[in-house]
Amino acid sequence: MQYRLLRTLAVGGALVALGVTGCYSRNENAIKVTGSDTMVNLAQAWAESFRSTHPDISPQIKGGGSGVGIAALCAGKIDIATASRPMKPKEIELAKANTGKEPKQIIVGRDALAIYVHKDNPIETISLEELAEIYGAGGKFTKWDQLGVDNKACQGHEIIRVSRQNSSGTYAYFREHVLGEKREYKQGATSQSGSSDVVALVSKTPCAIGYSGMGYDNDQVKIVNVSRRKGEPGVTPSIETALDNSYPISRPLYLYTLGEPSGAVQEFIAWILSDEGQEIIERNGYVPLAKERPAAG
Amino acid sequence: MPADSSTTAQARRPTLGGGASLLGWLGELLIEALIRVCGWSAIFFVFGIFFFVFREGAPLLFGGLDLKEFFTSSDWNPVSDTPHYGILGLLAGTVSVTVLSMTIAVPLGLGSAVYVSEFSTPKLKEFLKIAIEMLAAIPSIVWGFIAYMVLNPLIIEVTGAPVGVNILNAGIILALMSVPVIVSVGEDALKAVPDSYREAALALGASRWEIVYRVLFPAAKNGLLAAVLLGVGRAIGETMAVLMATGHANQIPTSVLDRVQTLTATIAAELGETVQGDDHYRVLFVIGILLFAIAFVVNLTADLVVKGVRGKQNG
Repeated sequence: MQYRLLRTLAVGGALVALGVTGCYSRNENAIKVTGSDTMVNLAQAWAESFRSTHPDISPQIKGGGSGVGIAALCAGKIDIATASRPMKPKEIELAKANTGKEPKQIIVGRDALAIYVHKDNPIETISLEELAEIYGAGGKFTKWDQLGVDNKACQGHEIIRVSRQNSSGTYAYFREHVLGEKREYKQGATSQSGSSDVVALVSKTPCAIGYSGMGYDNDQVKIVNVSRRKGEPGVTPSIETALDNSYPISRPLYLYTLGEPSGAVQEFIAWILSDEGQEIIERNGYVPLAKERPAAG
Repeated sequence: MPADSSTTAQARRPTLGGGASLLGWLGELLIEALIRVCGWSAIFFVFGIFFFVFREGAPLLFGGLDLKEFFTSSDWNPVSDTPHYGILGLLAGTVSVTVLSMTIAVPLGLGSAVYVSEFSTPKLKEFLKIAIEMLAAIPSIVWGFIAYMVLNPLIIEVTGAPVGVNILNAGIILALMSVPVIVSVGEDALKAVPDSYREAALALGASRWEIVYRVLFPAAKNGLLAAVLLGVGRAIGETMAVLMATGHANQIPTSVLDRVQTLTATIAAELGETVQGDDHYRVLFVIGILLFAIAFVVNLTADLVVKGVRGKQNG
């Protein structure tokens, strides 16, 4: 009895060990891509389309947030980090210390950050100052009627601020460009862990306001026009308005590699920057790069 | 839980007959050693986990964390230029959600423990126990999904609250998650009350309700308390479901319809995205140490209380 049990255990263990090493050694041309939640759908679309023309290279995409991707890149665990914010000097130092290589930044496109409200909210235009007074610490707007908005579905309740978890690139971008360099978020915002979660919660909540990539629009929510100053006409986020800079909150999307990309990674990035890759950016609701900077490299 | 019919006195080694070979004996020795390691591993893992959590948190805990701010401020802003690590709001979130879930789960759990143990027919009892175990086996992310997709709109409709993910939502979900623990431990405690107690009460003309309320509850008091405390532990430690059900907003709540953020959910949402080794990373581990301390106190209390049960019954 005991022998048989032992033998089974031994054989089983050997099989597991074989299976594990097998998995790791099989695919030499796998490119590990991790990072921004804003970009995860886009990166998936790139990977799918890229695989159909380059069957020998398989990019593997994971989300988690810009911070996750950058942290994994600093630890040398992945090939490409996707990010919706630039790397901090501290993170660049860490990457250098850990891997001995300088992270290389590649801008692949832009994203217009849309302001979402519930579809029954009558608001049409909001200014950056108003947004800052809603989201910022010490901000004076806590109810929709203070903005002159008659939000009938939300009578008497406070504005429900939907935000992102504090290490998201979108969170960092919104703070810097809407609240202002030094201003903090007001405590008590609902923080969601993904771009689509923000839109999903807003779609169920008449009092809510949220910010997320414009690619996450659906018919349960409404995108509000944004103006730089109160009284100026609002601008609808779109590829055109992001390109000509009339839409006030659009940001670059980044890829980071350790050192100059080479081999399969280089091939993948070159393809992303090609017309084919840029077309996918546009199809996913982001702003392609080629149109943005036609001459400069 | 009486120890009178234990099996420890039985022979440890079955005899293999006269001609048991040396190899057979060796194999048995090996298996015995293996099983012993399995038994001890739990202790090893607990200390191991505590060691690693403590090691990651300690540099900040003993080097610069403002403990007064940590416990008395609700300003949780770990990624700003001048970071603030105030967990009062998170503590209030954890406490409020746990208290509400226990107000729901304790009567429900103890009630169903009494029913399963005392009133149901043997056949129904088997069926109920399987159903309760099924409830315990539902993964927490599925509970989170139910909170978000089912309870959320329901709460908005019934209470008129602006958002349906709040203390009430998380309290209900956590109550449903802790009920199975309370029922199974509570039922064990009731079962451990000797039948002679019931027979004596019956002989004195007590009604069934009187038997439960006047005889079984006092007799099984400590076991039932342990059941409740284990339920509390379940509620405090739960992460994924509360992350989705509470609304995850750091504020000190003033009503059950307010959104809150709990300690566990904060770790879950933020740890994956911190730079390893920086203060934000470490402060999350300090919260881990705090949770460890809370879990330790709850479990220790439950344990001491259960020991109390044994002491009383033996003496």
